[in-house]
Amino acid sequence: MATTAAPARSKSGPGADELRGYLRQLLLIRRFEERAGEMYSLGKIGGFCHLYIGQEAVAVGTIAALRPDDYVISAYREHGQALARGMSSRSVMAELFGKATGCSKGKGGSMHLFDASLGFMGGHGIVGGQIPLAAGLAFAAKYRGTDQVAACFFGEAAVNIGSFHEALNMASLWKLPVVFIIENNGYGMGTALARGSSLLDLAHRSYSYDMANEVVDGQDVLTVKTAMEMAVTRARTESKPTLLEIRTYRYVGHSMSDAAHGTYRTKEEVETYRERDPIVLLRDRMIAATQLDAAGYEALDREVKAEVDDAIQFAESSPDPDPSELWTDVYAPRS
Amino acid sequence: MAVITYREALNQALREEMHRDPDVFLMGEEVAEYDGAYKVSRGLLKEFGARRVVDTPIAELGFAGIGVGAAMAGLRPVIEFMTWNFALLAIDQVVNSAAKLRYMSGGQIGCPIVFRGPGGAALQLAAQHSQALESWYAHVPGLKVVMPGTPADAKGLLKAAIRDDDPVVFIEGEMLYNTKGEVPEAEDFVIPIGQAEVKRPGDHVTVVCHSKTVTVALKAAEALAQEGISAEVVDLRTIRPLDTDTILASVAKTNRCVILEEGWPYAGVGAQVVDVIQRDAFDHLDAPVLRVTGADVPMPYNKQLEKAAKTDPARAVAAVKRVLYLA
Repeated sequence: MATTAAPARSKSGPGADELRGYLRQLLLIRRFEERAGEMYSLGKIGGFCHLYIGQEAVAVGTIAALRPDDYVISAYREHGQALARGMSSRSVMAELFGKATGCSKGKGGSMHLFDASLGFMGGHGIVGGQIPLAAGLAFAAKYRGTDQVAACFFGEAAVNIGSFHEALNMASLWKLPVVFIIENNGYGMGTALARGSSLLDLAHRSYSYDMANEVVDGQDVLTVKTAMEMAVTRARTESKPTLLEIRTYRYVGHSMSDAAHGTYRTKEEVETYRERDPIVLLRDRMIAATQLDAAGYEALDREVKAEVDDAIQFAESSPDPDPSELWTDVYAPRS
Repeated sequence: MAVITYREALNQALREEMHRDPDVFLMGEEVAEYDGAYKVSRGLLKEFGARRVVDTPIAELGFAGIGVGAAMAGLRPVIEFMTWNFALLAIDQVVNSAAKLRYMSGGQIGCPIVFRGPGGAALQLAAQHSQALESWYAHVPGLKVVMPGTPADAKGLLKAAIRDDDPVVFIEGEMLYNTKGEVPEAEDFVIPIGQAEVKRPGDHVTVVCHSKTVTVALKAAEALAQEGISAEVVDLRTIRPLDTDTILASVAKTNRCVILEEGWPYAGVGAQVVDVIQRDAFDHLDAPVLRVTGADVPMPYNKQLEKAAKTDPARAVAAVKRVLYLA
């Protein structure tokens, strides 16, 4: 249910350059994550590592609808949002490697990517913990009278935790400019949606808070962008929150220790979802519209692969944090 | 200096800091239209309006997190918990978000927030409403924990906490709100976080205390003085960071120490103070350090049982006599 009309789309639709930009971002996230998985297997990346493969259009489509001064905050499957927000492949890969040149100086790792200069407010590792924080960022924007918007990403399993309900209630009660984005990939770790939520249409959770919602096809980057534009407009101009349920799928396991299929889902199911791959969808649409040809696609793919190669080389050759860094950033520097 | 209550001192601190800095706002249950569950925020809604004095639903986790998010954006929220018992619902945001943001962002994002409200027992409120939980928060790097025991300390330390760039857990005492004392009126009256204070000088024994046990310690010292025993009362005021210099200087002088606290004994604040003393003042000690704590049980409702569970001057006096080998 959308309570306001869609903004008028330009008659021509997005141009070839814009589409190429989205395709490049989708491909970059895909190739980055594939190589991150390899680097994890080689022991270059430690701890937990949650890959975004299959869900790329959610990050790219939503973040394309934001302004540079808006806030983005996410959970621990956030490499894709960080890259879509414009954080460099180098700074993200170096963080996964735990290096001093990483975006969080090697102190955060995969789950705690931050870039304050881009309004990228993390990378949070406790399910649902970032949802009240997003409402707080939006509260600050409203308090100061700016027209900034906060975009908050979380998985569908987070709708069952208390912080989701408390934050959505107050966001609606106080009319905060925030967009809550459920990335519904069907599984909370290994628990299928129907085994964890009494309500399967998660967008309908917003009715409890008198909040607008929309169900969105998360494999089509342009559909995602259009839905996000409406939600962002509602936040920016009416100072009202929206709950977007963006339906997507992860092709890989929950984390690196989880097989892609065989336990809680079948190989056939994964293959079925792969048929609506966000990269293939956009590529084929562009080829059909003669905005791209096979050679152009290959060139773009080579370009992002080279970027990821460079990021890995950068991360490999970067130093570990100085041992003294153990003790810094616990408290503010003494003034 | 004016003589005012602990409650009025906190109210003055909030009012002055809200005047001083437009980024400071107060949020919590019943802080605005009700004038505060314990009237600490009396008059603030009228003076500053609903934008800066914000009533919340009963949702501690949610509004604590909203406060942390606002602090990430650079505002200076003061989040009131009606009591610290209820703050247990919000401890995820205090510990997992506020305390860690600066570190896990590599220093990019700070969290200048104050979480405040009354802690510890009042009278016959039973097990769920009578807990002194400061050691839980003091355990966590990234947090500062402040516990004033007098009106002057309440004002000076709350002003310091609001101006601090780190998250501060500020635990007041419900039974202290009506206590009176002299409080400086100067706008710049700020007591630095991390400084203990000798509340009463003495020579024979050091009595370490904080928050409500400051009164207990002073009463015990008065009783001991009648028997010719001179107790030095050291009020920690800040639990983290701990002012070890003041503790050690006192123990070096008196050679004996008793630590009072309202909370439970197991892994309590006093255990941390003992750790400091045994390591850095070992050669000064003439007796083992003793602790007087709340009884290691959930708080009972019955008046007599409750009294038996609480740290009181008589138990403090008895402990002092033991470290002096007089009992």
